[in-house]
Amino acid sequence: MTHYIIRRVLTSAVLMIIISMVTFGVFFMVPKLAGTNPAELYVGKQATPADVAATARKLGLDQPVTVQYARFAKGLVAGRDLDDGPNRTHCAAPCFGYSFRNDRPVWPLLLDRLPVTVSLAVGAAVLWLAGGVLAGVVSALRRGGPLDRTMMVLALAGVSLPVYFTGLLAQLVFVHTLHWLPGGEYVNLADDPAGWAAKLLLGWVTLALLYAAAYARLTRAQMLETVGEDYIRTARAKGLRERTVIGKHVMRSVLTPLVTIFGLDIGGLLGGAILTESVFGLPGIGRLSIDAVNTKDLPVVLGVTLFGALFIVLANFIVDLLYAVIDPRVRLG
Amino acid sequence: MATTNSPTTTGPLAQPGRLPQPSAFLDVRDLRVHFPTDDGVVKAVDGVSFTLERGRTLGIVGESGSGKSVTSLGILGLHRRGHTRISGEVWLDGEELVSAPPERVRRLRGRKMAMIFQDPLTAMHPYFTVGAQIVEAYRVHHRVSRAVARRRAVDLLGRVGIPQPARRVDDHPHQFSGGMRQRAMIAMALANDPDLLIADEPTTALDVTVQAQILDLIRDLQDEYRSAVLIITHDLGVVAELADDILVMYAGRCVEEGSAQTLFRRPEHPYTWGLLGSMPRVDRAARDRLVPIKGSPPSLINLPTGCAFHPRCPHQGRDGIPCRTEVPDLAQGSDHGVACHLPPTERRRTFAEDIAPAL
Amino acid sequence: MSTHTSPDRTTARPGTDELLRVTGLEKHFPITRGAFIRRTVGAVRAVDGVDLTVATGETLGLVGESGCGKSTTGRLISRLLRPTGGSIVFDGRDITDLSVRRMRPLRREIQMIFQDPYSSLNPRHTVGTIVGAPLRVQDIPTPHGVKRAVQELLELVGLSPEHYNRYPHEFSGGQRQRIGIARALALRPKLIVADEPVSALDVSIQAQVVNLLDDLQRELGLTYVFIAHDLSVVKHICDRVAVMYLGKVVEVAPRDALYATPLHPYTLALLSAVPVPDPDRRDRAQRERILLTGDVPSPVDPPSGCRFRTRCWKARERCERETPALRELAGGHLVACHFPVEDAERTPRGRIAAHLAAADVAPATTTPA
Repeated sequence: MTHYIIRRVLTSAVLMIIISMVTFGVFFMVPKLAGTNPAELYVGKQATPADVAATARKLGLDQPVTVQYARFAKGLVAGRDLDDGPNRTHCAAPCFGYSFRNDRPVWPLLLDRLPVTVSLAVGAAVLWLAGGVLAGVVSALRRGGPLDRTMMVLALAGVSLPVYFTGLLAQLVFVHTLHWLPGGEYVNLADDPAGWAAKLLLGWVTLALLYAAAYARLTRAQMLETVGEDYIRTARAKGLRERTVIGKHVMRSVLTPLVTIFGLDIGGLLGGAILTESVFGLPGIGRLSIDAVNTKDLPVVLGVTLFGALFIVLANFIVDLLYAVIDPRVRLG
Repeated sequence: MATTNSPTTTGPLAQPGRLPQPSAFLDVRDLRVHFPTDDGVVKAVDGVSFTLERGRTLGIVGESGSGKSVTSLGILGLHRRGHTRISGEVWLDGEELVSAPPERVRRLRGRKMAMIFQDPLTAMHPYFTVGAQIVEAYRVHHRVSRAVARRRAVDLLGRVGIPQPARRVDDHPHQFSGGMRQRAMIAMALANDPDLLIADEPTTALDVTVQAQILDLIRDLQDEYRSAVLIITHDLGVVAELADDILVMYAGRCVEEGSAQTLFRRPEHPYTWGLLGSMPRVDRAARDRLVPIKGSPPSLINLPTGCAFHPRCPHQGRDGIPCRTEVPDLAQGSDHGVACHLPPTERRRTFAEDIAPAL
Repeated sequence: MSTHTSPDRTTARPGTDELLRVTGLEKHFPITRGAFIRRTVGAVRAVDGVDLTVATGETLGLVGESGCGKSTTGRLISRLLRPTGGSIVFDGRDITDLSVRRMRPLRREIQMIFQDPYSSLNPRHTVGTIVGAPLRVQDIPTPHGVKRAVQELLELVGLSPEHYNRYPHEFSGGQRQRIGIARALALRPKLIVADEPVSALDVSIQAQVVNLLDDLQRELGLTYVFIAHDLSVVKHICDRVAVMYLGKVVEVAPRDALYATPLHPYTLALLSAVPVPDPDRRDRAQRERILLTGDVPSPVDPPSGCRFRTRCWKARERCERETPALRELAGGHLVACHFPVEDAERTPRGRIAAHLAAADVAPATTTPA
């Protein structure tokens, strides 16, 4: 088991390094391909070519990509000093870069936005897990019946309808027409729990609907497959109650693929739910990335991308560990 | 073993007529299990009757699709409710199960009647330890602590010949070899000292040396517990090893039944002859050719008219014998039941003169 | 590797043409570890020094329990796998290391029949396409067209020529196996390697296919390597039988000699374990049955010396030290054992003694890999 964990940690670390290299490479290439000089973005449109060149030199943007990456990597681990001319700024580790538009390092920017994204993702996850799995189980148990068919049609709709449609519709109905839910700004959980929940509720439900649909379908398919297994027949042959057969023996097998998907979904969401955050005006990481793209704030875009990748790699790692806990064949194999 | 009983009272010789008071430990009467499908009704079991006493072993022999496995699932009440039409009677120790509430049958399942399945790898839950699965089987029917049930599991594993049971109890099924898995499966079936043990192809997935070990184990355990054993198999060698009585099934019906000696020495149904002729034997000098049964088993949705075996039977179509039109009843002879239109004297003569010499 | 005897002695029938000679055949599947740098930490020694010869027109049976390497041996012979050691000489040509391209003309001559008639036929192709594929791939000239050739093949294996346009799912298991046989026969091979060809079939159907294989051999002069775990079927169909245990051949003999006077203790145990379809002989069979204890050891780390010694009631110190070579004890009867079974051990008394002795072998506690 220790061996297994060490191997997974190493794999994840290497994966992260490769991702950071590729991402950095892409962000190095993009301005070149677009025919713009990144230094122009910092000095503003009115700057003379000499100013641009000077800034580029100061920021190290004239250096080869390998050198730039080495500096970036050092910043991630140990922090770095940035010299943009008028002043020198220290960017503490982990330094994901420095946003000149916001005049702040990227890392605190991300940290500021993280609670919102976490609130949204976790709340939605609870809803979709409960709803999706329950719907899937019920559907599978009532296979072919009217309930099953209705749920599967709903699930199909849930998967197919985009967030900006369901989200905007919900917003229109519950916030603007019925006034059941408040509009306005996001509030912190610590400051006003009720306001926090009220503001997030529609986001949770909208996001959960999208995922719950997929989970319901997966759960149903997995259950139907498991119910036909020989070991389920064995469980019945032992004289177990039907609810034990389903709740323990069937669910145990159904959970395994769900854990994998769930880990990856949550990992992906923590990197920012761009559409949902935009639709509901939630200042999370997704919004941060949209704003950064709009203002061509490349360091932030790079930071958000890497941050998101980090979550996915981390989620993958946790899923692998969980898998070993759930499936003894993985642990010992 | 109850060798004093004569086959007429303990053999699988129940009359289809309804005796109100069953005397046998297991008495199956006119069991029918039908599955409606989009293509028609699958008559998997279509009127099977037999009896079985404690301490005796009945072998049900048949090929795939003969209904032998469905019969056992029907007895245990393991068919899919709502997707199955089941009729007839299953009397277990004086209690009728087909009409009993499902909850009542569940309480008997695993306690009074238990089952061993064919492939122990797929028949055990891959995510639970062997011990946990045995503990669970015991605790469904006994209100005892986990520790007590665990001691029982270790004890059972030792009894079925698992070395170091106290250590292996915490292993998962995939850590066991095929033979050990089947032993563990048997331990699980024995958890509640069942009176009726149903073994569905218990050795088909196993190698021959392991098969010998498992058959030996089943025999030993039966001697020890005096349970009734119902063994379902396609392998005539396995039934000959274990069974006191044999019932041959074809297309959902019983075509021949009798004691093992009778069935192997004086079989009277052409299908049984066909099975014997198809089987190469390790204990005899090699024959030049096997005598197979022509054709393939019929579809259970569209059974041939009359005797379901008639399209494959080399003896059908003799003068005045209604093989194609009438379903033959299981007629009881002195020691033997045969469902065939051929006159008994004719059958015996054919077997003695034409069939036996070629076996 | 160095334990096999001179190849001449493995030939069963002097004077007959030798079609296939396998010498010191090995297949080790590497076990690798490591996330980025794969390193080999061991090997599954699936086949570990097998010597066999097959004469033209005969049927050699290859028997043994699961994991003994019989199927791998079959795949090596038909070169679906590349051996990691030893040599295969087919019809005078060394085919051990032939590349896929250079093997192609030889594929016509060595064909395989598989166990599962369900999974070895492409469900989306018609029978005509399946059986005709080898003819098309190999560009075989067919005087009356491929269709006619396929229909003749279908008739040959007892199917109707009208089945040409049907799909595999429309056939029963036995018929599908016939389709597989027709496909194997399309190229008029010299050697057919049949891997458990009847194991998945019902008894009555099994006999039909066994008879068909018999007839085809007679009509077409085929040579078979017949791989099976069912000792009764092997006894019926084979001229000679090789018994394998844990990657090695432990005994080879003409059929009747092997079944009547097995020389290797493992063969003796194997034969005694076969259920006898005769209730009258049940008790005797049980008394004389040799029940091996424990499981087959792992092929990753096989026992030293004789591989069967951990379960053998006759094992002595020498068996641990020295790997027994395959040596000829009687005409064409070879055995790899330091202490072969003697006549006295085949008497009822001897068998009962063996039954008791085998039960006393301490089971090695092994965990399957």
